[in-house]
Amino acid sequence: MYEFNYRHANSVPDAIAAMQAADDGKFLAGGQTMLPTMKHRLAGPSDLIDLKGIAELKGINVTDQSVTIGAMTTHAEVAASTQVQNAIPALARLAGNIGDPAVRNCGTLGGSIANNDPAADYPSAVLALGATVKTSQREIPADEFFTGMFETALAEDEIIVSVSFPVAESAAYMKFENPASRYAIVGVFVAKTAGTVRVAVTGATTCAHRALRIEEALAGELDAEKVDAVTIPVEKMNSDIHASADYRAHLVIVMAKRAIAAASS
Amino acid sequence: MTDFGIGASVKRKEDRRFLLGKGRYTDDIQPNGLTHAVFVRSPHAHAAIKQIDSSAALAAPGVIAVLTGDDLSADGIGPLICGVTVTSDDGEPHKAPAHPALAQGKVNYVGDHVAIVVAETYAQARDGAELVMVDYEVLPAVTDTATAANPGQQQIHEVAPDNVCFNWPFGDKEGVEAAFASAHKVSSLDLVNNRMVTNAMEPRAALGEYNAGTEEITLHVTTQNPHVHRLVMSAFNQLAPEHKLRVVGPDVGGGFGVKIFVYAEELVVGWACRKLNRPIKWTAERTEAFLADAHGRDHVSKAEMAMDENGRFLAMRVHTRANLGAYLSTFGTMVPSYLYAFLLAGQYATPLIYSEVKAVFTNTAPVDACRGAGRPEATFLVERLVDVCAADMGMDPAEIRRINFIPVDAFPYQTPVVQCYDSGDYNAALNKALELAGYADFPARAEAAAVRGKCRGIGISSYVEACGMAPSAAVGQLGGGVGLWESAQVRFNPTGNVQVFTGTHSHGQGHETTFAQLVCDQLGVPIDNIEVIHGDTAKTQFGMGTYGSRSLAVGGVAIAKACDKLIAKGKKIAAHALEAAEGDIEFADGSFSVAGTDKAMGIGEVAFNAYVPHSYPERLEPGFDENAFFDPTNFSFPAGTHICEVEVDPETGEVDIIKYSAVDDFGRLINPMIVAGQVHGGIAHGVGQALLEACRYDSDGQLITASYMDYTMPRADNLPSFDLDYAPTHPPDNPLGVKGCGEAGAIGAPPAVINAIANALDVKHIEMPATPETVWRAAQTAARA
Amino acid sequence: MKNVELTVNGSPVSGEVESRTLLVHFLREHLRLTGTHIGCDTSQCGACVVHVNGKSVKSCTMLAVQADGAEVTTIEGLAHGEELHPMQQAFMDNHGLQCGFCTPGMIMSALDIVKRNGNELDEATVRKELEGNICRCTGYHNIVKSVQAGARAMGGES
Repeated sequence: MYEFNYRHANSVPDAIAAMQAADDGKFLAGGQTMLPTMKHRLAGPSDLIDLKGIAELKGINVTDQSVTIGAMTTHAEVAASTQVQNAIPALARLAGNIGDPAVRNCGTLGGSIANNDPAADYPSAVLALGATVKTSQREIPADEFFTGMFETALAEDEIIVSVSFPVAESAAYMKFENPASRYAIVGVFVAKTAGTVRVAVTGATTCAHRALRIEEALAGELDAEKVDAVTIPVEKMNSDIHASADYRAHLVIVMAKRAIAAASS
Repeated sequence: MTDFGIGASVKRKEDRRFLLGKGRYTDDIQPNGLTHAVFVRSPHAHAAIKQIDSSAALAAPGVIAVLTGDDLSADGIGPLICGVTVTSDDGEPHKAPAHPALAQGKVNYVGDHVAIVVAETYAQARDGAELVMVDYEVLPAVTDTATAANPGQQQIHEVAPDNVCFNWPFGDKEGVEAAFASAHKVSSLDLVNNRMVTNAMEPRAALGEYNAGTEEITLHVTTQNPHVHRLVMSAFNQLAPEHKLRVVGPDVGGGFGVKIFVYAEELVVGWACRKLNRPIKWTAERTEAFLADAHGRDHVSKAEMAMDENGRFLAMRVHTRANLGAYLSTFGTMVPSYLYAFLLAGQYATPLIYSEVKAVFTNTAPVDACRGAGRPEATFLVERLVDVCAADMGMDPAEIRRINFIPVDAFPYQTPVVQCYDSGDYNAALNKALELAGYADFPARAEAAAVRGKCRGIGISSYVEACGMAPSAAVGQLGGGVGLWESAQVRFNPTGNVQVFTGTHSHGQGHETTFAQLVCDQLGVPIDNIEVIHGDTAKTQFGMGTYGSRSLAVGGVAIAKACDKLIAKGKKIAAHALEAAEGDIEFADGSFSVAGTDKAMGIGEVAFNAYVPHSYPERLEPGFDENAFFDPTNFSFPAGTHICEVEVDPETGEVDIIKYSAVDDFGRLINPMIVAGQVHGGIAHGVGQALLEACRYDSDGQLITASYMDYTMPRADNLPSFDLDYAPTHPPDNPLGVKGCGEAGAIGAPPAVINAIANALDVKHIEMPATPETVWRAAQTAARA
Repeated sequence: MKNVELTVNGSPVSGEVESRTLLVHFLREHLRLTGTHIGCDTSQCGACVVHVNGKSVKSCTMLAVQADGAEVTTIEGLAHGEELHPMQQAFMDNHGLQCGFCTPGMIMSALDIVKRNGNELDEATVRKELEGNICRCTGYHNIVKSVQAGARAMGGES
């Protein structure tokens, strides 16, 4: 790891000021991706601005309409929250299956979606549930948030405050894990809300995305059989030693059907 | 059997320190004035080094030195060696390119050692290493085992034309050809034995300290064989004379073969600590371990079996290409030759066997022994081929094995491939395993699974392996540069407790307990009063270390022999003390007694007497401390049948191991708890090879599975609990009646798993690792057929 | 350099560290608590698991400065005097360790599993919960048994 300046921020404005003062600063959330990346010297920020001490970035607030989760809430906290389990059980289960228990005790929702790893779990939930990302500057709809591989709509000095997930009628997430990293080779999140079914896929391509072909085929119904007719564009799929493009395309269908079946049961 | 003697599942004496976090591994040691080393490694698989510029690194904060191959050769520190000669088909010894510990003008794999940077802190050394500027001229790389020796390939070493290390034919070629020509049926199979990274959980490390006063180097190193390290570094690498070099293998966090070898880093650290007169520590990061630990396996083979009309095996023919990597590791040549071809008979009475092994160099990390070493490759080939034979003959896989087994009354059995098996009852193990696995009821379970849309399969693997390395005479005849006896010293202290010094090394196997049980049983000393000491050349006599499942079968016997000598000496002392004739002294349960009387003295009293010899006659030597060496007369041949039952999800290709049953013959068990633990670990290693673990280079020679993000280690949720049983036989060659058990699981498991998947999908073969995608593709093909 | 002050195994400790110093290096090199191990560089093997403020974390993936002010428990902090913690004892009784290198992390993770899942643990739960800890020696068979036995032995304690 290259040496850097460590800054402990006490408030969002404090953190933004520290970022603006830094040559090449990075916000530090749970650190479960950032620190390994820095250990391998693949990143060498001048400053790390630790967001852990900022109270307003933490906590879970559940209403009849939505589940709002502070950006610095850990995966373990989301997984263990009975409020989340009751409101959007699929979201709690997704959080409880990220990484491993020790990683879940540190890793955060905000860190995950800000990093936007193409194989991360949370982006699929944000997209399928049609969540809203509240930042230090604005509110960003899910469909505008993830802009490309490891890229988001966030500005350099913009901090995610919370993510608000509308409560779905039903939802489910199915993940086919990379056996080594335990990231998603393919993960499919299906959510039904007020007559619409939204489907989001992670792991399969360079960036988590809505599976519009599947959504169109479903036409608002949780009917797994309708997915059989969908063709997944193989040329857009990732291909690596763990799964070639056509296998991934196949898995998108299989995981989508399983998620639909789980959401409708 | 006592509570702590032979046959008792005694809780391990070594556990307490590990459970308290008080283990002492190499990286835990922090002497005063410690400096840290980082190696500059080649980022290229194959390149000429035009220039190395260390100036920026030397100017960096904390950097003490940057040393290169020029510095090493200027000090006369010799290249790394390979200790076993294989004679090629042209009558010449195998091709042995120089293996410098730091590159001499050329690098041959990604991770190859270019320079060592020593600094006050690890971070400074790492910073400094980045500043060493190396000007490379990149050359084309050769990485593929099957094609490395093809005409027109890039040459890696001048001394090895066509990248061939050796081409080694073995067996009765004409006889085999004749048998094939007249056979009723020939079954054949092309198969790959996948390359593995051994991955002991403790990364390799070395800590060198030089005492300018005594001119002695002390090297703590992650080794399975400290005396072998010292011998090689003294005799062949000119690091220091043996008596001025102390090698310590303290607590070592797993070996599995990968810590046998003398590596560049260890030698360079040992040399540099004297040159700089500072303690230097190097500890591998996991990524470095992936790049620069010796890898395992990596064979591409064609196997053929000739059968008569009843499915009896008439002859077997094998052609193998074995990848040795960029250089020869310490025992690199031996693994795909003697440890492989001599096991090709398996458990079968196949009368004729011919094999040809072409070993090739590639621009990849050196390949050497990894748990099983050669025997997993042989066993996978034989046991997969046997299943193909069964399918071709329309026979049950259990039945074709049964009719071809070496019969129980044929032992000791001389195979056509050198080895003479000591003992075995292969039918007994098979029958017990079939019972344990519920083989007869399998069709009902398969049917029930099919209703759920899943494919069930069951696979049998009847393995035998040669371990207990090894009779020195045999090793010498085969071109080995060492003897493979083992040593022991059993020392009573005056107060009656016992120190046992063994030349073997324990890095998880529980020797501190098993060996104490041997001594407890034989000498009647309470186990708490026995301490087993190993792993330090300054403490223990010369010994050969631990690998090839040899520690109990060879090292344990040496301990027993030393105990015999103590009993003989004790009888003399007791005779003197009890004023009886030596011939009247009997020894039992820790007590020397005069036959037919109630006169007796405990062995502890004898020890005290031996060290306080106030009235000894001249013929009686004081002291109670004996040593012994044991050179086995044969290898040890554990064997057994493993049966794996899997359920495949044809939609995704995921394989779930439902049940794994293993019945092994390890002769007499000293500590059944420890033996079972060895089997569990071996099976998991074998399942890892079969389902998960793939070491892959791309065509440029970049290792694309260089971390646990891409190389899949077996984890708890990949495995079931295992069902174990034993079908022991008595090996007449072993004085303790024991066989090795440390590698058996890794040898037996891969074909059991793959046979089960092939059975589930009704396909001829599936390559390892049978990842979900591989299995899914096979399922697709099977469904179409 | 930064000064960090934390409580490790019940005792206050402090030290000067670089920002980049990982918690595991602080424990091993500054405090010489070498029971916590480093087995990988990608936060996967779990040999470095310790508890920070009562929760299991991978100490190779936390900066020492992040742990400033925290309560840290390592493998060295479990035994009561000479007496092993019930989970340590369960690993001994069930032969849940061989080379011992992954063991401290396994035990620290096991305690976290008990805390979250209670004292009666089925095999599937233990296997799933151990996904962040890698062992090469044992095939996990006896580790799973050890965790189950240790959990039971801990009774109501967690």
